Amino acid sequence: MLPFALFRRRFVSALAATFFYAASAQAQSVQFEVSGVGSGQIPIAIAPFAAEEAAPAKISQIILGDLQRSGQFRSIDASGVALNEHSQPDFKLWRGRAADALAAGSVQATANGYELRFALWDTLKGQNLVQDALRVPAGSLRYAAHRAADIIYEKLTGEKGIFATRVAYITKSGGFYKLWIADAADGENAVAALSSREPIISPSFSPQGDEIAYVSFENRKPVVYAHTIATGQRRIIANFKGSNSAPAWAPDGQSLVVSLSRDGGTQLFRVSRSGGAAQKLSSTGINTEAAFSADGQSIYFTSDRGGAPQIYRMGAAGGAASRVTFGSAQALSPALSPDGKWLAYIAREGGGYKLRVMDLASGTSRAITNTTEDERPSFAPNSRLIVYATRQGGTELLMNTTLDGSVKTRLMASRGDIREPSWGR
Amino acid sequence: MQTSLLSRSLLAGTFAAALFLTGCASKVPLNKDSGAGDNAAVDSSRQVTPVDTAGAGSSAGENMSQAELAARTVYFDFDSYIVKPEFEALLQKNAAFIKADKTRQVKLEGHADLRGTREYNLALGQKRADAVKQALSLLGVPEGQMEAVSFGKEKPMSEDLSEEAQAKNRRVELAYP
Repeated sequence: MLPFALFRRRFVSALAATFFYAASAQAQSVQFEVSGVGSGQIPIAIAPFAAEEAAPAKISQIILGDLQRSGQFRSIDASGVALNEHSQPDFKLWRGRAADALAAGSVQATANGYELRFALWDTLKGQNLVQDALRVPAGSLRYAAHRAADIIYEKLTGEKGIFATRVAYITKSGGFYKLWIADAADGENAVAALSSREPIISPSFSPQGDEIAYVSFENRKPVVYAHTIATGQRRIIANFKGSNSAPAWAPDGQSLVVSLSRDGGTQLFRVSRSGGAAQKLSSTGINTEAAFSADGQSIYFTSDRGGAPQIYRMGAAGGAASRVTFGSAQALSPALSPDGKWLAYIAREGGGYKLRVMDLASGTSRAITNTTEDERPSFAPNSRLIVYATRQGGTELLMNTTLDGSVKTRLMASRGDIREPSWGR
Repeated sequence: MQTSLLSRSLLAGTFAAALFLTGCASKVPLNKDSGAGDNAAVDSSRQVTPVDTAGAGSSAGENMSQAELAARTVYFDFDSYIVKPEFEALLQKNAAFIKADKTRQVKLEGHADLRGTREYNLALGQKRADAVKQALSLLGVPEGQMEAVSFGKEKPMSEDLSEEAQAKNRRVELAYP
């Protein structure tokens, strides 16, 4: 693996790397706008992939878009260049164009889909870094391009890429609530997994990413469902008397914690992934918004046991809890990073609700947004980004942010309010 | 009234395709560093099959006149979960109505204002619904004829963020299915 530091860095002073990626004409696609400081970006050239003009997706543009939106790459023009994965690039030429890395490849139709081949070179060392090929069924070419971007990203940064992951969100438009599943990298391939005239809230991807749990009001009360995304099959996780809400998957995917009002107040219960009996984990007042620690040993949750809502932590079997958040009037909506290092949550400060990120090792936290109606943070699988909902100028929208808040990406729906994000695999 | 109510728009073809993809997805490790022709089939069972709920049930207030609504809605002060004395007559009337027929069911639908997270507001709406349930219980309504549920901030009377509008959102609606 080539460490990032080996690359010649070109510090672009206070680069306002604002660009706009207008996705294709899909009605519900999400558009991304990046703004932030981009010093130390890796300059990379991606040549047009051989035969991509004839393919349904422009591979080189998808890969380049993914890398640029990460905030860690800068595009060096390679339009009109004829290269593929077998080429022997003129490294001197690319060094002259100030590209530290170069990628090229080809796309070929196969009997039942496509084969994507690509190569990555370090132009400074004149070295090949990656030679790879991906075979996909027809209809999954964009997915293959995102996988290629992940491989390039990991090779050059040493971090896992998240371009081939999915994000779920809810829209409210024209009297309909819809739960969408879309490509997390660029918002493309958005499909409404569920449509309803009644509200849908709290979607949560299963750890494997093949199922999604959520709260649906279609029976005129909140009921928790789990939904197999590929087949559309649904099953009830919790439908007890009163309200059923806030599903949180255990990391092994075998059980969930939900919030039930059946015994009075709002309490946390554990329930199997197939539903059935619920085992009570808390006793009085409001205890809700559960989130598991990455190792499955602890449950973080919001409780009013001390008066105003704050975030607490207890063992996965329930019992004594300790307070985690201090210094804000309220703290709500905990989310834990998959690497176990970070807690994201919403803090009430000066009348506004703001996303904060806490370093769990030190307990120190900082607000990372300038907005005042932030909600529902969810970590990317590589723990480097957070998606959250907020409101600007009366419009509900989704944002992505790095954990330090330095690079933010706006996800814009073409219509309707967009909310309640969950980042899956 | 559960999953059977859902009309699934399961397109048979899509369903079959999804099964097929799931069946033949291979999990070959992808990130191989060298050697052209390291073919790898990508797991692409990333199909999404859309589902439509019948979802007909409109919420209590939606099909009622202002007068009917007023006769079945209890409003709350900011950050408060106490049923105010001015709603005593309303609750007595409804309690008598429920008690008159042992098969009659009432749903107490709690709502919160728009500030804060959706799930925590669901819990706050529940607290208000529970308070009205308690009040009806003291007026002799049997537990078995009541269900207290919450809509949180999902069904506001007003999207306006002024305090006057928010006061209308902090409420419990008595719904007779």
